[in-house]
Amino acid sequence: MTEHTPNLKAAKITGGVATDQRHDSAHKHVAGTAVYIDDMPEPAGTLHVGLGLSNVAHGTLKNVDLSEVRSAPGVVDVLTYADVPGENDVSPSGMHDDPVFAQGKVQFHGQPIFAVVAETREQARRAARLAKIEYEELPAIISIWDLDTEKDKQVASPLTLTRGDAAAAIAAAPRRVKGRMKLGGQDHFYLEGQISLAVPGEDDEVTVYCSTQGPSETQHLVAHVLGVPSHAVTVEVRRMGGGFGGKETQANQCAAIAAIAAKKHKRAVKVRLDRDEDMTATGKRHDFAIDYEVGFDDEGNILGVDYIFALNAGFSADLSGPVGDRALFHCDNTYFYPNVHAKSAPLYTNTVSNTAFRGFGGPQGMVGAERVIDEVAFAVGKDSLEIRKLNFYDPMGAPGDRNLTPYHQKVEDCIIQRIVAELEESADYARRRREIAAFNNNSRFIKRGMALTPVKFGISFTKTESNQAGALVHVYADGSVHMNHGGTEMGQGLHLKVAQVVAEEFQIDLDRVKITATTTAKVPNTAPTAASSGADLNGMAAQDAARQIRKRLAAFAAEKYQVPTDQVVFLPNRVRVGNQEISFNDLVKQAYLNRIQLSAAGFYKTPKIHWDRAKGRGHAFYYFAYGAACSEVSVDTLTGEYVVERADILHDTGRSLNRAIDIGQVEGGFIQGMGWLTTEELWWDGKGRLRTHAPSTYKIPLASDRPKIFNVALTDWSEAYEPTIHRSKAVGEPPLPHGMSVLHALSDAVASVADHKICPRLDAPATPERVLMAIERLRAEAAPKK
Amino acid sequence: MSEVTLVVNGRKVSGAVEDRTLLVHFLRENLNLTGTHVGCDTSQCGACVVHVDGKAVKSCTMLAVQASGSTVTTIEGLANGADLHPVQAAFKENHGLQCGFCTPGMIMTATDMIRRHPDGLDEATVRAELEGNICRCTGYHNIVKAILAASKTMSKASKSKANKAA
Ligand code: FES
Ligand code: FES
Repeated sequence: MTEHTPNLKAAKITGGVATDQRHDSAHKHVAGTAVYIDDMPEPAGTLHVGLGLSNVAHGTLKNVDLSEVRSAPGVVDVLTYADVPGENDVSPSGMHDDPVFAQGKVQFHGQPIFAVVAETREQARRAARLAKIEYEELPAIISIWDLDTEKDKQVASPLTLTRGDAAAAIAAAPRRVKGRMKLGGQDHFYLEGQISLAVPGEDDEVTVYCSTQGPSETQHLVAHVLGVPSHAVTVEVRRMGGGFGGKETQANQCAAIAAIAAKKHKRAVKVRLDRDEDMTATGKRHDFAIDYEVGFDDEGNILGVDYIFALNAGFSADLSGPVGDRALFHCDNTYFYPNVHAKSAPLYTNTVSNTAFRGFGGPQGMVGAERVIDEVAFAVGKDSLEIRKLNFYDPMGAPGDRNLTPYHQKVEDCIIQRIVAELEESADYARRRREIAAFNNNSRFIKRGMALTPVKFGISFTKTESNQAGALVHVYADGSVHMNHGGTEMGQGLHLKVAQVVAEEFQIDLDRVKITATTTAKVPNTAPTAASSGADLNGMAAQDAARQIRKRLAAFAAEKYQVPTDQVVFLPNRVRVGNQEISFNDLVKQAYLNRIQLSAAGFYKTPKIHWDRAKGRGHAFYYFAYGAACSEVSVDTLTGEYVVERADILHDTGRSLNRAIDIGQVEGGFIQGMGWLTTEELWWDGKGRLRTHAPSTYKIPLASDRPKIFNVALTDWSEAYEPTIHRSKAVGEPPLPHGMSVLHALSDAVASVADHKICPRLDAPATPERVLMAIERLRAEAAPKK
Repeated sequence: MSEVTLVVNGRKVSGAVEDRTLLVHFLRENLNLTGTHVGCDTSQCGACVVHVDGKAVKSCTMLAVQASGSTVTTIEGLANGADLHPVQAAFKENHGLQCGFCTPGMIMTATDMIRRHPDGLDEATVRAELEGNICRCTGYHNIVKAILAASKTMSKASKSKANKAA
C-alpha cells in the first residue's frame, strides 16, 4: 500500500475550481494508453458485425436473399428484423419510426437491412456484400429546397413563435426585404467512429460498452429492443474519441445490434462502423432552407421579421422536432425584434435521419438572423456591425424594454455590448476596416473582407426532464475519493471539471479524486451529455454529493471534539476543528471507525426553467452565454479560393472552472463552425447517394486552414447571472457559431466586387465554387444594363 | 499466410499473418499495441501514424508483410521508460489534445517532422506538414503550439549536446 502524504501546510489545494488544469487523461492520450472501446481487450470468442445497407433511397423490399451471406466463410449468423426479440425500434422520440433493421421497405440509401455476425470483422464485411436484394423503387425526396412547408410531410409537429404582429409591422415599415437562404448540413466526423461492444451476462443481462453521449438512453433503447427491463442492461463508457452530438442518439443502433447478437449467441459482439458506413448510415447536422422577410426603418432598426426555418429531418423524427425548435429559439441571436413570427418545418426526406450536432439547430437560427442583418445593412448602406449594434438587446441592468425574446423570456444578462466593444478594440476593427478598403482599391484580383459577428446562446435543454443530473461520490477510509456522475467524456474535459468541483468541496488535492467511467449502474436516468450542460448539471450533482459527506464529517468532528459545527473548517488537505488541525485523511479514518456513512448520491435539477410549447412561451433557458468573433479573409476573385488571414474571438464562460479547457473549446468550436460554413459539403446525388462519405471528398478543416493569426480570449470580468456551478457558464456549443464571422467576412469580400452596393446572399457552405458564383453574380448585377 | 518478423518498440516480434493484413491491424490485434488508432480506414486522417525505420508512415496504408524486416516504433515505444518524449510532453503541456483520439498519430507525425528539421520549425511549415493528420476537436491551435515548443526544446538539446561534443 502506498501511503499518501498530503501537503498539510498548503495555502490552496492543487486543482480546485477556477484553475487551469490539464486534461485528466492527457498523460494517457500522449502515451497511447488511454483506452477507447476498440482498445479494450476483447473477451475470448468475440464476434464481429458487418452491416448490410440499402442501395436505394426509397423502395419496398421485394426479395431479400441472404443465403450466400450465410454460407460465406466465418459467418455465424445473419440478423434481420425477425431476430429482434423486443421492438424493432430505436426511436429516441417515442415515434416508433427508427427501425433497427428495415422491415418491408427502405427509406434512405444506406439504411441497415441486416447484420452479418462473423468470427472476424473482415469476414463479416465481405459477407455483407453477397446479399441479393430486390427492391421496388419508389419516388424519393432527396432535398427540402422545393418542398412546401405547409403541405409536404413533416416528421414532427412544427413550432411557431409569435410576439407582436410581424405581418403588420413589416407591411407598415418604411423598408422591406425578403429572401431565401440555403444552409448546408455537417457530418460530425468524430475521429472515433460509432462503436459498441456487448458482453452477455446471466439471465437477461447484458453489458454494452458503447461510445455514447447518452448512456441512459442507450440503456433504455437496448432494453426496449431486447424486450427486457432496463435493469438488465448496463451501459458503460469511459471516454469517446469525439461526439459533437453525433453519439447522442446515433450510438443506439450499433449498441442494439451488438446486444441482440450477444444475447443470441452468448458471446461478446463488437460493432464498429468503418468511416464510409458511419458517414452513410448515421445522421448529421440538419441542412436548412430559411425564408425571411424583414421590415425596417431608414436607420436600420428592425421593426418586424418573419422566418420559416425548413429543416431536412431525413426519414424519421429522431431529434428533428427539438432541433427545429432550437433554431427558432436562436433566430433572434443577440437582437431584439419588436414584432416577430417564426415557424419551423421538420420535413421528411429519403435521406439519413438528421440529428443533434453541437448547437442543435441554434447555429442555423443565428445564421438566419445574421443574413437578415446583412440584408438590412446593404439596404441602408451601412456597415453590418452598425446594424448589429443598433438592434442588440438592452444590456444587463438597463431600464429599457428591448429585452423580450420571441418566446417571451426576458433577457436579463445581456453583456454583448461590452464584449463587442472590447473585441472591436482588441481586433482593431476600425483601422483594419479602412486598410481593407484601401487594399481592395489597389488590388485587382485578391479582395479582402472582414466581419464581426456576435453570439448569444441559450443554456438548458428545452425538454424539461433532461435538466436533471445525478452523481455518486465515495470517500474511502484512506481519504481518497471515487467520483462518478451521469455525464460522459468526449474530450471536452467534463470529468476534469467535475473532479475540480469535488476537490474544491472537500478541499483536497485534485489527484485524490478518481475519475471513473460513466455507467448506468452507478447513476441512473441521466440526461445525455449535450446542450453544453455537462458541467452545469453534473458539477452541481457532484457538489451536492460531496457536500452531504462533508456535512457528515463536520458533524462527526464537532461531536467528537466537542466544538460547535461552525468551528469545523475544511482547509487544504486538512480540517480545523476548534483550534487543532487534523489531516483530511485522518478525519476520514476516524469517521469510518465511528461508522459514519462516507458515500452519497447527489442530485441537481435546474431551477426556474419552464416551457409551454403549445403557447410558444416560457423561461426556456436558465441563462445565456455570449461571445463575438471578428474574422478577416482574402479571396482570389478569379477562382473563389480564400484564406482566413486573422480571427479574434472574445468569449464569455462566466467565472470559468478551467480557462485552459474553455479556451480549447472556443478554438475547436470556432474551427468546426468555420468548417461547417465553408468547406464541409455534404453532397447527395439524384439517387440519394451521399457522394461525400470520406475525408477524401468531405473536407473538414486542416491545420493549414486555421487563421494565420488567431487570438482567442475569455472575458475575465464576467460571471454567470444565475447561481450556476461556481458562477461558470457552459462552453460546449456557444463558440461554434463564431464560424459565422468567416462566412460574413467572405460575403464582405465578395460584396467588394460590386462596391458594397449589393447584398451577396452568400449561401453556405461557402465553398470556393459558391464564392466564385457569388462573385460572378454580383459582377453581372452591377454591370451597366445594355 | 506469411511469416513476418520485425522489431517493434525495441522488441523482436514475429507472427503468421494473412497477406492482406494491414500493419495497423497487426500492431493492434496481434501485438495489442492499441495506442495506434484507426480513424478513417482510408489513409487520410493520420490517427494510425507510426514510424517504420524512423519515418512516419500511415500504418493503415502498409501491409504487415511490407514492414517485415523493419524497425517499427509506435506511440507506446516513444517514451523513455517513465520519461515522456519531448513531443509527448509538449502535447500534454500545451493542451494539444481534447478527445485524444488523434493524438498518437499527431505525435508520431510531429516527431518525424522535427527530426527532418533539426534546425527548428516555423509555424507555416508545421501547418503545411500536418495536412495528413486530422483533428476534429482542437482546431489545431494547441497542436501547432506543442510541435513548435517541442522542436525548440529538441533543437536546443541537440545543440547543447553538439556543443559538449565539440
Ligand atoms: S486510419 Fe490510417 S490514415 Fe486514417
Ligand atoms: S483531440 Fe479529438 S480528434 Fe484531435
